[in-house]
Amino acid sequence: MTEMLTGRKERIDRLAGDASVGRSLWSEAFRRMRRSPVAITGAVLVAAFLLLAAFAPLIAPHSATERFPQLLQDLRADHIPGAQPGFPLGSDQLGHDLFSRLLLASQQTLLVAVAATVFGMAVGMLIGGTAGALGGWVDNVLMRLVDVLLSFPSLLLAISIAALFSQGSQWTVIIAVSTVAVPVFARLLRGSMLAQRHSEYVLAARATGVKPAAIVFRHMLPNSLGPVLVQATLTLAISILEAAALSYLGLGDPNPDRAEWGLMLANAQRYFDVSPQLSFYPAIAIIVVALGFTLLGESMREALDPKNRR
Amino acid sequence: MALLDVTDLSVVFRRRGEEPFTAVDKVSFSVEPGQTVGLVGESGCGKSVTSLAIMGLLPKRGNQVTGSVRYEGTELLSLSPDQMRARRGKDLGMVFQDPLSSLNPVIPIGIQVTEVLEKHRGMPRRKAMIEAEDLLNRVGIPDPRRRLTEYPHQLSGGMRQRALIAIALACRPRVLIADEPTTALDVTIQAQILALLKELVTDTGTALIMITHDLGVVAGLCDQVNVLYGGRVVERAGRHELFELPRHPYTHGLLASIPRLDLEGDRLVPIPGSVADNIPWDGGCAFAPRCANQIADCTARTPELTGDQQRLLLCHNPMEVAVR
Amino acid sequence: MTNLVEIEDLKVHFPIRRGLFVDRVVGHVYAVDGVDLSIRRGETYGLVGESGCGKSTLGRGLLRLTEPTGGRMVFDGTDLATLKGEDLRRMRRRMQMVFQDPLSSLDPRQSVESILVEGIRVHGLDKGVDLGKTLRDLLTSVGLPHGSLRKYPHEFSGGQRQRIGIARALAVRPDLIVADEPVSALDVSVQAQVINLLEDLQGEFGLTYLVIAHDLAVVRHIADRVGVMYLGGIVEEAPAHELYTDPLHPYTRALLSAVPVPDPVVEDRRERILLTGDLPSPAAPPAGCRFHTRCPWKQATRCDTERPRLRAVESGHKVACHYAEQIRSGELRPHSVEPELVPELVLDP
Ligand SMILES: Nc1ncnc2c1ncn2[C@@H]1O[C@H](COP(=O)(O)OP(=O)(O)OP(=O)(O)O)[C@@H](O)[C@H]1O
Ligand SMILES: Nc1ncnc2c1ncn2[C@@H]1O[C@H](COP(=O)(O)OP(=O)(O)OP(=O)(O)O)[C@@H](O)[C@H]1O
Ligand code: SF4
Ligand SMILES: [Mg+2]
Ligand SMILES: [Mg+2]
Repeated sequence: MTEMLTGRKERIDRLAGDASVGRSLWSEAFRRMRRSPVAITGAVLVAAFLLLAAFAPLIAPHSATERFPQLLQDLRADHIPGAQPGFPLGSDQLGHDLFSRLLLASQQTLLVAVAATVFGMAVGMLIGGTAGALGGWVDNVLMRLVDVLLSFPSLLLAISIAALFSQGSQWTVIIAVSTVAVPVFARLLRGSMLAQRHSEYVLAARATGVKPAAIVFRHMLPNSLGPVLVQATLTLAISILEAAALSYLGLGDPNPDRAEWGLMLANAQRYFDVSPQLSFYPAIAIIVVALGFTLLGESMREALDPKNRR
Repeated sequence: MALLDVTDLSVVFRRRGEEPFTAVDKVSFSVEPGQTVGLVGESGCGKSVTSLAIMGLLPKRGNQVTGSVRYEGTELLSLSPDQMRARRGKDLGMVFQDPLSSLNPVIPIGIQVTEVLEKHRGMPRRKAMIEAEDLLNRVGIPDPRRRLTEYPHQLSGGMRQRALIAIALACRPRVLIADEPTTALDVTIQAQILALLKELVTDTGTALIMITHDLGVVAGLCDQVNVLYGGRVVERAGRHELFELPRHPYTHGLLASIPRLDLEGDRLVPIPGSVADNIPWDGGCAFAPRCANQIADCTARTPELTGDQQRLLLCHNPMEVAVR
Repeated sequence: MTNLVEIEDLKVHFPIRRGLFVDRVVGHVYAVDGVDLSIRRGETYGLVGESGCGKSTLGRGLLRLTEPTGGRMVFDGTDLATLKGEDLRRMRRRMQMVFQDPLSSLDPRQSVESILVEGIRVHGLDKGVDLGKTLRDLLTSVGLPHGSLRKYPHEFSGGQRQRIGIARALAVRPDLIVADEPVSALDVSVQAQVINLLEDLQGEFGLTYLVIAHDLAVVRHIADRVGVMYLGGIVEEAPAHELYTDPLHPYTRALLSAVPVPDPVVEDRRERILLTGDLPSPAAPPAGCRFHTRCPWKQATRCDTERPRLRAVESGHKVACHYAEQIRSGELRPHSVEPELVPELVLDP
């Protein structure tokens, strides 16, 4: 019926010969995303972040850990120097170049977010996929475990896990954040696979005589990938926020020389009255990057939704 | 003057970033009291949109309704929403295809019926209850008193459709529009509902507009039949004339393509292509790409509606032979 | 002709589970309850009946896509009920299925080529053949353009999708095709195309069909023999022509008389046997004859106590009614029936 909405010329062409080339759902979704302003905004933000992270060492005028004596002189007077030649955004409370630190911290953030998402996704998919593929008591046992994890508020869970480690490090943060992501992916994949177990195309595959394992890997998994990918993009955003929050709360690597947005934010807080820019820059960086991933994820969800197909 | 007179009714949907789409295109027909008029056609030909436009139920935004719908001489399309709301139910009733989604799931059937009676006919509660029971009884719901206290999900599909008809009848509308009222039901239940509608028309003189894609239903029920294709009426005739000699190639093709219960089967003659294979009416005949009788004119000129009281046709080259 | 399929006393009961913590079985849906049926090689057997009477479950039970509760299904001499794992999977090549909803039965992420190749590969039919030619021949058989191979299901119309579903079934060169409502999701004008296609393919490939449908006209047209189902059991079985001209079971009579015919002359003359009330719940089927709660011919004895067996009244014409002969001769006349309350079955399948 939607076909009726297309133009006259197009319709007559379609009647004359079959011109369309065979577009998979993926390429259709991609086409829809290219036309969506939200998707483009998200993609631009994410791409800018990735490029900055990749080339940060080349762009940054200084290293993240070098303390500059000329800046430190002012610091003793409890004054944090602002922008000046060679230091575009001025200094931080320890006499580092703020601009360089902001740039280089993007690498840390990217590493933590990607690692946490990948671990969380891998373990979550393993659990959810097994539960969904096998069903029965395996499903019951695994899902009760997941329910337990899900019953904690996510940040609280991350904090408790991070607190288990005596010495905070970035790995503490990664483990904590990925643990929070595990049940989300497990639930998602299991739900999608269970729904498909009762779908007609899986029944059709069984009727054809396709082996059970092949049904899982050829039909059930690929058809769940869309939502998982969307979730992964959103999880990247959440991981960035959570990692920042953990560092902010002092549960990450406490070394004040380390460039990390959450940690920078935490350490800047004492100086908020005199130098709000110290808090302002890392906060903006966190928000913009998280927003980029969220926009990308949401537009992807929109594009993959079969209801929006035209 | 007919009871309900629909003239040149058109509905154009306009969505941002899309070409306007004409779902209903200059449709005209009229109904008299005690008469049943059928609108038949395949999915997407504009049957439901036509009925919604008559009832004033299309959303205000994103579409444009033109033409005229006159009820006893009053132009309905120019009424305010409030005036139209007062007419719905009272003058014009409607029964939808899916009874479950048109009943309120959290309110007992009884309240849904009495509400209408109280609102439109100003009955006091107690009297409305008695009347409601009587209504359910009339549409053939067994043990109506108990049913009144039940919720829609506790009724079977056929009973729900009856309840919906009871609600539509509560205000004694003089025109009843039934949009595929039996499509979701089994044939034995369909037969019950159709018998009920037939009885209603003969007993109370209600005018019935029957929307369906089932030519069998039309053959048994409708005095006059309008065949729709691509939003336009392509053929209209009395049911005997229409089925005896369908003149429009589409009507003809439909009848040739459906197997008959009462006849030994010859090979079916399908209509090629699908409803999506049409060209817009403004440059020829929308049915031309699928038409067995196509001539050069069909893709060059828009056909005009021609004919008389007996039969109207929208075709450059109508059929001359019977189906079987 | 020999029988390709023999079903004996097939039962498929679905447990109804309730309970918050531990699932308790509180009853059963007797979806298929004691069906005997045989399908001859090369014929088309039509199965009709109203929604929920167990047609689809019978088809799926036969193919063991749903595990039967009891009974035997013999396919070409092999008892399917005894087959396990790999043997059953290999047997599936010979019995295929076509589904009602062509879109939801095709994997949206598979191209037509990969849909068709899947079955061919798993059954090793691709060894030593020109796969490209096989696929092109398949498409030709079902009337799809060769360019379809690289396209995806959502790019086709309903009728074309059903052709893809039929091609998928054909790809593994089966003997039997169970077609569950193959045309009911299609537009009227497209149904005939698919019906004709099914007929052509039967001639071309020597197929045996079990066609399940609720549209009696379609079944009469396509089937050689027809079985009528009511609440999990077959109540009448006869050659198509005979069933329609000489229906014996009261339910068949009512069913046939309820189908509208697109001919006003016939419609005006027809006598309708209007059934009162609704189908009883398959979770609590009536005792005795399952139809006795709605039967206009119900008698005071036997009907509500003894379940009638499906018995041959004439050669090839079987009926499950105690009084079939008397009804046919006109000795018993129909009477009115008080409708019984049937609460809607609230089950989550
Ligand atoms: N709100 C809407 N916006 C845009 N297009 C619409 C809208 N409602 C209906 N249409 C289009 O108008 C056309 C006619 O729709 P309509 O619902 O009247 O068809 P129908 O004849 O009732 O079909 P069916 O038998 O499937 O119910 C269709 O092509 C449909 O896509
Ligand atoms: N997996 C299931 N679990 C529980 N009940 C089921 C299941 N599948 C079917 N049923 C029930 O079994 C009965 C028969 O269902 P079936 O789908 O076989 O009917 P059908 O004759 O094919 O009907 P339709 O014409 O609506 O397709 C129905 O009451 C249905 O609700
Ligand atoms: S056995 Fe009795 S109740 Fe059943 S169909 Fe025959 S007459 Fe009717
Ligand atoms: Mg409609
Ligand atoms: Mg079914």
